[in-house]
Formats: sequence, structure tokens, C-alpha cells
Amino acid sequence: MTAFKMGKTIAEKILGAHSGIDVSAGRIAVCRVDFLMGQDGTSPLAIKAFEEMRGKKVFSPGRIAMVIDHNSPSPSIDVSRLHIMMREFALRHKIKLYDVGCGVCHQVMAEDNVLPGMLVIGADSHTTTYGALNAFSTGVGSTDLAAAMISGRIWLKIPETIKIVMNGRLKKGVFGKDLILYLIGKIGADGANYRAVEFAGSAISSLSVDSRLTVSNMAVEMGAKAGLMEADGKTAAWLNKNRVNVSHPKSVGGQATCQRVNGSRRLQPAQNAGQAFPPRWTSGRDLALPLCRAGRLAGVKADADARYEKILTFDAGKIGPMIAKPHTVDNVVPLGSVEGTKIDQVVIGTCTNGRFEDLKIAAAILRNRKIHPKLKLIIVPASRGIFLRALKEGIIEAFVKSGGAVLNPGCGPCVGTHQGIPADGEVVLSTANRNFKGRMANPRAFIYLSSPATAAASAVTGRITDPRSFL
Amino acid sequence: MLLKGRAHKFGDDINTDYIISGKYKFKTLDLKELAKHIMEDICPDFYKNLKPGDFMVAGSNFGCGSSREQAPLAVKHAGVGAVLAKSFARIFFRNAVNIGLPLLECETDKIKQGDALEIDLKKGIIFDKTRNVILRAHPLPEIMLRIFNAGGLANYLRKHGSF
Repeated sequence: MTAFKMGKTIAEKILGAHSGIDVSAGRIAVCRVDFLMGQDGTSPLAIKAFEEMRGKKVFSPGRIAMVIDHNSPSPSIDVSRLHIMMREFALRHKIKLYDVGCGVCHQVMAEDNVLPGMLVIGADSHTTTYGALNAFSTGVGSTDLAAAMISGRIWLKIPETIKIVMNGRLKKGVFGKDLILYLIGKIGADGANYRAVEFAGSAISSLSVDSRLTVSNMAVEMGAKAGLMEADGKTAAWLNKNRVNVSHPKSVGGQATCQRVNGSRRLQPAQNAGQAFPPRWTSGRDLALPLCRAGRLAGVKADADARYEKILTFDAGKIGPMIAKPHTVDNVVPLGSVEGTKIDQVVIGTCTNGRFEDLKIAAAILRNRKIHPKLKLIIVPASRGIFLRALKEGIIEAFVKSGGAVLNPGCGPCVGTHQGIPADGEVVLSTANRNFKGRMANPRAFIYLSSPATAAASAVTGRITDPRSFL
Repeated sequence: MLLKGRAHKFGDDINTDYIISGKYKFKTLDLKELAKHIMEDICPDFYKNLKPGDFMVAGSNFGCGSSREQAPLAVKHAGVGAVLAKSFARIFFRNAVNIGLPLLECETDKIKQGDALEIDLKKGIIFDKTRNVILRAHPLPEIMLRIFNAGGLANYLRKHGSF
């Protein structure tokens, strides 16, 4: 034990364990990484940088995944060429490759590779998503990814933490998406720049893990480096349900299974949660795995006397359905002030809201209803597992019968590469995380962001509609 | 090293989709080609009006949004000498240093569109010749300075093999 003990935040604990030194905010530390991820927009450049660095081999093949999701399946010859580059690299280095149809990188990572206490680096800004699973995960660019693939290390500044406490009971028709949109509106697009955010409070605990992932996913939209939550029984149950194999992430020589494997070890919430965190500052690359191998999920909790840059408290019970208006994510208003806005296209999916719970809520509204005749509805399940489950439970059938177009798992039209590029002047209501001008490939289109329930209700009426009248 | 060029002004929250749209960045690794589309959606004439060595001067949170390294790469390959902003989004900041694009975090309100600037990168001093104003940039953290001085992270890793 150190001579004097100072309370630590979740970020300080996880990064400290991975750097082998006692760290607090402000310090720069070289950390060992548990898992690395790149997608098809960032991996080709990372492969190029890997070669420029004269990388011979990757530090640990079983700890690296590449996911083809942003242009999946390929919309052009040029993109197909880049996909081949990724497949060849994955095969050569025996890393995991999630090919066309597996799903959005963040959902695939959450389902297959992330555990509480891990340090995960992804070449995609929404890597903050896994904070909901109590992992410190953050986005970097391609060159950082390449350097980490070679060295297994990354330098990080230990961030200050802003604690966001959300108490109160969520009103009917209000979801994780509404909470995070509300917070982004309050805090602003750069309000948490360079900071970690810890989400806490009874309203956050009450959320399903699917919803928590939505909240952490969008932490980056206020600039945050990570969007952390504590692990609890729900986290353990979610991992058990979704995990391919918690104890042995394996390299499969260039082709990941992205299918469920039965018989993985079951996780249960530990009785003495928080205690299992190593009392000494160990070299923490395998911090998470022993916790899970022991069959208990303790996760990493902040100390009661942890030092926060600030603590913000909100009453979630006062929040209604929210909308982000064009053309910035922090341009957030209560739904009421844009209710009735005519829309031309609705998108339900993406790494923000393409999870099972999202599809289920949308289907509950769309079942036995038809979408507005002048509107296009695009639905994109976030992973193959979600797609299969939605098929089995009749959710996909409800979408198809309502007049929606269901796409293969992937990023869909969110990043403006294919699968639903709007025309000039068209208005899109999307469950995605960004509404920048030109985001969906047309700077003359208008993108509004909402929860899946709002999106589904609006698909029926052809106008932005409060979902509560449908629930 | 003394950099000289004209200021091209932008506002707050210039995101990476504006810098290089997703519709281009996924297609190719040809950076010269990407560079032609820089800032296209909000400032279609920017590339045409840009002279080699000119500076982008923005408000706060420059480079927010996605992690695409194509954004700083397109800026660099378009011939921009340096980007000046009140603050940078963290991933863009890392990426720019990693690929050797000079960034200066400084007060930018006094600089106006078209001002002639001279920048001493090493000292972090910006001289606005048009307005006769001297501005100072915040220094880079030491590890970033080492990476930048090595010519970027690829060179750094080639030399050191790790951190």
C-alpha cells in the first residue's frame, strides 16, 4: 500500500492498474492495453502506419479486432479494395476480423470482447460506449492504433473526472437516449473535453444495460474521453447473455465467429463488489479477466473520497422526450418545441440505438401500423445476434409489415456512405449520435436525433411526434 | 522554424465531418485527392483560395466528432501550415501531433480573416503582422513534443519500438 491514500475515480483506478503506477488526474502515463479495435474507416490507415513503423507482428493477436461496419457491404470498388487490405492483414497477423454482416464495431466489441476493468482503445470516437460496462475505453486515430498494435501500449493523460448524478424515476416514454441528449444540451459539445465522465445515481442504475450503452456511447458528444459507469448485477447478466466466451478471448485466424457459444462461465455480481479490485497497483493488463474467471463480477468502483473536477446532479424525473436539432448534437430541445416538424426519412439503428431493446420498443409502436406513405423507414440492427433475436421474436416481421426497410447489421446510413443518403432539403429523424451538416452525405439535408420510440412514432405520422401517445 | 501565411477564419466546434466528409474519407487512402474536398460542406471555396502555408484559425473545440485521422491528414496535405484554435478536441489533437500537423492552442479572437501571420513554432509565438499583435500558444505536453519533434508517431515508433 502507498504511504498516503487518496481517493481515486474509476478512471484513475483503471489507468493506474494498467500503468503499474499510482496515478491521479493530470499525470501522463504509459498504459498497457487490454483490447484494440479498428473499423473499416480507420483500419486501412492504421495498417499503412503499421507498415511505416516497420511493424513485424502485433503484440497479442487475440486482443485485436477489426470490424467491417461503416461501408458494409461495400458500396464501391475502392472500398472493396480497402476491405481486402483489412482481411489480408487480419489473416497474416491472426487477429479477429468481423466481416460484413457481423454488426457495428461497438456492439460487437461489447458483446464479444469487453469486460469490466479493461482498458480498451478503439480507432473510432464512439469507443466510449464500453464505459457502460465499467471499462475505460476511448477513441484514438489510426496512427495511435498502429503504435498500440505493435507495442501493446498507449500514452494517456489521466483525465479529470466530472461526476454526473442522475436521480429520480424516468417518466413514461423517456429513455437513455433522452437523458444523454438532455445532458449534452446542458453541458455542450465541448463541456467535458479531455475529461472522463462518471455516470451515477438511481436513474442510471435503473436503466437497462442496452440503455446505459446508449448513454456512454454519446459521452463523446460532450467531448468526453470516457463515459464510465459502475458494474452491477445487470452488467453481469448482460455479459452472460451476450458473451461468446468470457474467459478466453481467442484468435481465430482472421475470421471471428460473431456467434454465441454456449457454455461460457457465468458471471454473478460479487457480494463484496469493489473489494476485489487489487489493493496494490499491479501491472494491470489482466485486471479484468481474473475477476471474471473467479466467476464474480466486482468491477471497479470509485472511492467515496475520490476527487472530482465537479459533480453535477440532475433530476431525471423532470426530463421528457428530447430532440437534437440540426446541425449540432448539443442543439437540444424538448420534443414539444419541434413537434409536428415534417420528416422524409426515419433511421432506427446505429451504435447508439440499434440494440435489442431499441428495436423492441420501436416494434411495439409499429406493430399493426403502417408508416406514413410519404416517408422512408430504415432499420439497422446493431449486430447479427440482435438481428437473429429480433427475427425470432417477430420484431423484424413487424418492421417489414409496417413498410420499413430492414438492412443488414452495420452502421447503415449514419456516416453518409450508402444505404439512405437524403436528397436536398429532406429532413431525417435518426436514432444516431451525430447530426452535423453533411453527416449523411448531403449538406443540404437536415438531421434530427431522437430515441427509437420517438423515431417509430414519428414514422407512423410523418411528423416529429411524442411517443407517449403510442405507448 | 518560421511559418508564414494568411489566416482563414472559422467558428467554434468545427467537426471532422466538415473537415473531410465521410463520403470521401472511406473511399481512398489518396490524401492529395482527399485534400481537395477539405471543408467542402461549409466553405466550398476554401481549397481553391488556400495558398500553401496558409493557416486555419478557429474558435473552440476544433476537430470534434469522429476519430478519422483523414481529417488532420487532409488539412496537412491541402498545404495548411498550422491550425490555430482556442481549443482542440482530444482525438484530433492526438492525431495531428501523430501525423506532424502543427497545432497552436491560443486566443484567436484578435486574428481576422486574411491577416498575415508569422509563427515561430518552437517558441509558440504568433505574430499577426496585419494587426501588429503578438499571441502566445500553450506549450505541448512533453511526450507530444517528443513525438512531434520526431516527425510524428510513425517515425517515433520506428526509432524506439515502444513508448
